[in-house]
Amino acid sequence: MKILVGISKAPDTTTKIKFTNDNKEFDESGVQFIVNPYDEWYALVRGIEIKEAQGGSVTTITVGKEDVDPIIRKALAVGADDAVRIDSEPKDAFHVASQIANYAKENDYDMVLLGKETINYNGSQVGGMVAEIMDLPYISNASKMDLDGNKATIVRDIQGGKETLEVETPFVLSAAKGMAEQRIPNMRGIMAARSKKLEVVEPVDAEELTEVVSYALPPEKGDVKLVDPENVEELVELLHKEAKVI
Amino acid sequence: MADKFEAHDYYMMDEFFSDEQKLMRDSLRTWLKQEVSPIIEDYYERSEFPNQILKGLADHGCFGPYIPEEYGGPGLSQVTYGLLMQELERVDSGVRSTASVQSSLVMFPIWKYGSEEQKKKYLPKLATGEMIGCFGLTEPDHGSDPGSMITNFKEDGDHVILNGAKMWISNAPFADIAVVWAKNENDEIQGLVVERGMEGFETPEMKGKHSLRASATGELIFNDVKVPKENVFEGKKGLGGPLSCLNSARYGIAWGAIGAAMDCYDAALKYAKERTQFGKPIASFQLQQKKLAEMITEITKAQTLTFRLGQLRDEGRATPGQISMAKRNNVDMALKIGREARQILGGMGITNEYPIMRHMANLESVITYEGTHDIHLLITGMDITGINAFK
Repeated sequence: MKILVGISKAPDTTTKIKFTNDNKEFDESGVQFIVNPYDEWYALVRGIEIKEAQGGSVTTITVGKEDVDPIIRKALAVGADDAVRIDSEPKDAFHVASQIANYAKENDYDMVLLGKETINYNGSQVGGMVAEIMDLPYISNASKMDLDGNKATIVRDIQGGKETLEVETPFVLSAAKGMAEQRIPNMRGIMAARSKKLEVVEPVDAEELTEVVSYALPPEKGDVKLVDPENVEELVELLHKEAKVI
Repeated sequence: MADKFEAHDYYMMDEFFSDEQKLMRDSLRTWLKQEVSPIIEDYYERSEFPNQILKGLADHGCFGPYIPEEYGGPGLSQVTYGLLMQELERVDSGVRSTASVQSSLVMFPIWKYGSEEQKKKYLPKLATGEMIGCFGLTEPDHGSDPGSMITNFKEDGDHVILNGAKMWISNAPFADIAVVWAKNENDEIQGLVVERGMEGFETPEMKGKHSLRASATGELIFNDVKVPKENVFEGKKGLGGPLSCLNSARYGIAWGAIGAAMDCYDAALKYAKERTQFGKPIASFQLQQKKLAEMITEITKAQTLTFRLGQLRDEGRATPGQISMAKRNNVDMALKIGREARQILGGMGITNEYPIMRHMANLESVITYEGTHDIHLLITGMDITGINAFK
């Protein structure tokens, strides 16, 4: 199996979020970036497992400038064979999807795996767009994938249950929790990553279809109000008039 | 309780480390949080070393990180070695001790003073954790004065006959080999590798420790042990051999102690911000802020001192005096931070829900082993005055 895995950066989950440029941009200064966990723990590791079981190769693809190279090296340390970086700032979902789809089309992969979303923007758009541009089947939110020849049996998480479906390669899939277990890079993997190829590729022209107007932080959580367990009337009153949930 | 430790880097020291060094450190931290933090209190209480973590320690490069690749190591820098030791001790000094002994006291002398055959025979297996080693220098009556040791060996054809006893030996109860320092027939100190199973060699465990409980400590007893001559280090004679090992280990301890201090500080800082008394978080009170501010100041000073020491060591320029200064300063700093952090947590500080009391108890060993707090001061004193005040 020839597998392409999308890898993107995401801020460490302990990051204090700030905005800049009139609240139109996320302020990256001082932010520690990690590999987006859905890309790393589920898409990448499942790709590596398939390669280990059946042979083939795992290539990662990332849209970004040089600052994402440490993220890519980590993916190589986890076990990808080689990596491609499309040398462009990621602009919006369509721009990123266009870059991935263009590279994937030219290089003929059996499957393109991505995380179901990034943990910062939570767009869940890129996978579907890549599939559409490549005219391939798209399976989103997949929590399990078994292969038999070129036929994949995939389980998707759906509201209140699971959906099992079959699809033939090639296809595009976005991976959710359950697809694989996190692999922590070990010393041998980190050392091996030194000599793995990281190819830098020029971007293709792609439109930005969306424009960010502004970002805003969620409202701060208010103080907790404690109500005496005996005083149900006050609780109902508060839920009705202040919280407005009943 | 889940390990929610966050590292503290007030002076942005991370900018001095390469992406690869940070990846190695952070991967080890992730592994420790998942595999070791959840079990360490239990093993500590039961006074047992968690043997199941040996393979993971090896996989993350904790055994001989600076040993060259031709002997099975990853051939990394001294700064990287330090970063790994810092992560280990952040979790437990006993876990770091096991890695220090394996790296600095077993692999280091074999690499520096062993024959090519010894290096090929032992180092690759020690690097993978397939073989665990211990180091015998201290004796029941000879601690700070190892030169007066009585353990000795005499030649006997193709073998030497080893007699004597060593005490306070980390890893001894389960080690496969021991690097032992003993006097030859010319009264010179020389190292040799003793293997488990050699007749007359025993390693009884020492019980009753109130410190380093998650590390196995024992004695080494040699009763006419017949050791093949090829196990003797011919490359070094004199006290300089074991002292160079101690330098390497002390260097690792200097980094490790910062880890323990950071863990105590992190626990205290979080607790002070969450714990409310008199209607506000206790972090709002000046006396608590003083403690916390002094802690981060001391940690930051230790980080800068130790990083510079790492650079010097990578350049082969770090002197024993400089290493002593860092080991002494950092362990003392960590112990004081442990005590202050414990006070911030009040009664909760003495429970096993927080790591502070365990770190404090561990550090009472660390401040004594590998050169006591006082001896290190005498090393510095001798270095700056040129006068030996040991005797």
